[in-house]
Amino acid sequence: MSQTESSNGVPLVRVENLSKHFSVRIGAYGETRATVHALDDVSFNVQRGETLGLVGESGCGKSTAGLTLLQLHRPTSGKVFFEEQEVTGLSEKEMRPLRRRMQIIFQDPYSTLSPRMTIGNAIGEPLWLHELATGQDAQERIAKLLDDVGLNPAFAFRYPHEFSGGQRQRVCIARALACEPEFIVCDEPISALDVSIQAQIINLLQDLQEEYNLTYLFIAHDLAVVRHISDRVAVMYLGRVVEMAPKERLFENPLHPYTNALLLSVPVPNPRLERQREHTVISGNVPSAINPPSGCRFHPRCPLAFEPCDHVVPEWREVEAGHWVACHAV
Amino acid sequence: MSVLLDVQELQTRFQVRKGYVYAVNGISFTLEEGETLAVVGESGCGKSVTMLSLVRLLPPAASIENGKVLLRGEDLLELNLRQLRDVRGGEVGMIFQDPMTSLNPFINIGTQMAEPLVYHRGMSKSDALARSAELLEMVGIPDGEARLREYPHQFSGGMRQRVMIAMSMSCEPAVLIADEPTTALDVTIQAQIVDLVKELRDRSGVAVIWITHDLSVVAGIADRVIVMYAGYIVEEAPVDALFEDPRHPYTVGLMGALPSLTGETGTRLTTIGGSPPDLIELPDFCPFHPRCPYAIDRCRKENPMLEPVAEASDRGHRAACWVDIRDVSVSSEAGVAAD
Repeated sequence: MSQTESSNGVPLVRVENLSKHFSVRIGAYGETRATVHALDDVSFNVQRGETLGLVGESGCGKSTAGLTLLQLHRPTSGKVFFEEQEVTGLSEKEMRPLRRRMQIIFQDPYSTLSPRMTIGNAIGEPLWLHELATGQDAQERIAKLLDDVGLNPAFAFRYPHEFSGGQRQRVCIARALACEPEFIVCDEPISALDVSIQAQIINLLQDLQEEYNLTYLFIAHDLAVVRHISDRVAVMYLGRVVEMAPKERLFENPLHPYTNALLLSVPVPNPRLERQREHTVISGNVPSAINPPSGCRFHPRCPLAFEPCDHVVPEWREVEAGHWVACHAV
Repeated sequence: MSVLLDVQELQTRFQVRKGYVYAVNGISFTLEEGETLAVVGESGCGKSVTMLSLVRLLPPAASIENGKVLLRGEDLLELNLRQLRDVRGGEVGMIFQDPMTSLNPFINIGTQMAEPLVYHRGMSKSDALARSAELLEMVGIPDGEARLREYPHQFSGGMRQRVMIAMSMSCEPAVLIADEPTTALDVTIQAQIVDLVKELRDRSGVAVIWITHDLSVVAGIADRVIVMYAGYIVEEAPVDALFEDPRHPYTVGLMGALPSLTGETGTRLTTIGGSPPDLIELPDFCPFHPRCPYAIDRCRKENPMLEPVAEASDRGHRAACWVDIRDVSVSSEAGVAAD
């Protein structure tokens, strides 16, 4: 999954100027209509076999990006291609064969498994729906999947409440793997888990990627985790991608002031370093996506903001090979 | 420095249908004047229950079975409710994890902030409101006077946490108990709140107990750290000693499981296999041994006490482990697999 290998050839997933706006009602009686700009003009590629990390704070649109990409939200505008085939605008029926190849793992392993379904059935359901296996064959596939994610195959007849959070997340991963997908959106798959369990799931995801040549879009808010698992990283702020680069480049030489501020905010598990380190913290809060700031959306909090930032949207451009940024000051 | 808070043999359990859940199992620790003590552990390790036990804010199913909580020599567990009310919010301030649920949505910020000042300090309502406005400015909320009339939903998560901090500090407590105060917040807001608490601490000299599951946050704020597992303290040390020379296998495991922002990235994370035990009976063995790569026979038969570690750089470095882990080498992914 080196960068040289992935930079040529057709990307597995290509996202072009994708936007998603939600219409909401606000005010005490819902008398005012408003638009939430959850995702605006986002473009990126995901190469086969790589992991693209998508980071940002809550409400920045990273989950919306994942869901819209999979057509679980209808995009407001923009296009998504899966292996050169446009998936935007396909009907649910036309989409179904593609769904087998693009799967998702959600954040909360408690609410994504039906409490009334054995985990064997939960994992088997995609097999039956996509008519990939039946009868004894399906049972064997389920046993193999459980074994793949580090669970005892005999657990197939148990119910979700008998499992811990980490084990449930393993079940969700097995279910996503059931129909042999090529691409998996991991939407904060470890945020609900304890530290020691997080490490188990991260290692599992990496092992499975190697074994089955999977491609991940890894959505998370934890920068250290994203750095650990990704090949390339995209940083989102208020519905827009502000910077994207191979991970070494992004973490060693962040160009966008928001990326820089985000990196400085992360505490380091080293007391001597941490006491001396400067946390030049950006002040203020993330503005509302209902009325996002004009121009560059980061300009009200940006230490580098100057003349054009409040009215001109910065261009999304490649400043070095593979290093993209949207900032007037760079 | 003198000891401000002395907790001895504290034991708290919950009544459940099938018997008891042993949440806190006879733990002892001290807090000195002006010190910041971090309590670290994963969900269910008893860190929050411990802190709620100190001021007896426990749910009805929980009961404190044993122990003493001496605040400047006075046992908080012996006080009646009336006396206890003077301590809560007075001598002991608290901040909780979720700033939305700890503020009343129907009452404006000013009234909520003035209440402890009127109760504990005997201030008039108008003096209390004026002081509240100052406190808001102190925690970085501009235009404090106008914002006193606003309601919690008009504040963002980080701002609500600032309000909670202002409120908990309003009666100049001797101890501030912060229970996962930044867990619900984004990382840039977390950095702001950590800096704010540090600044207030340095200015007022309040002693802080900071409960968290995040070892990285601990590094920046604590003087001393307690690591909890299954209702026991498994390691206790000054912050530098803990990070540089951890002696309990669980602490070592937690540190190995953290991905880092610097250094090599191609490596695998070391993991702690399995998951924490449910505490339906008191163990007569080391509660960590089923997940421990260093476990020996003795670990299955006797529960180790918290004792000073050998060749410690600091006298206060204690661990509860039968094995001196420096003598043993194990493969990085030993321990039992998740079954």
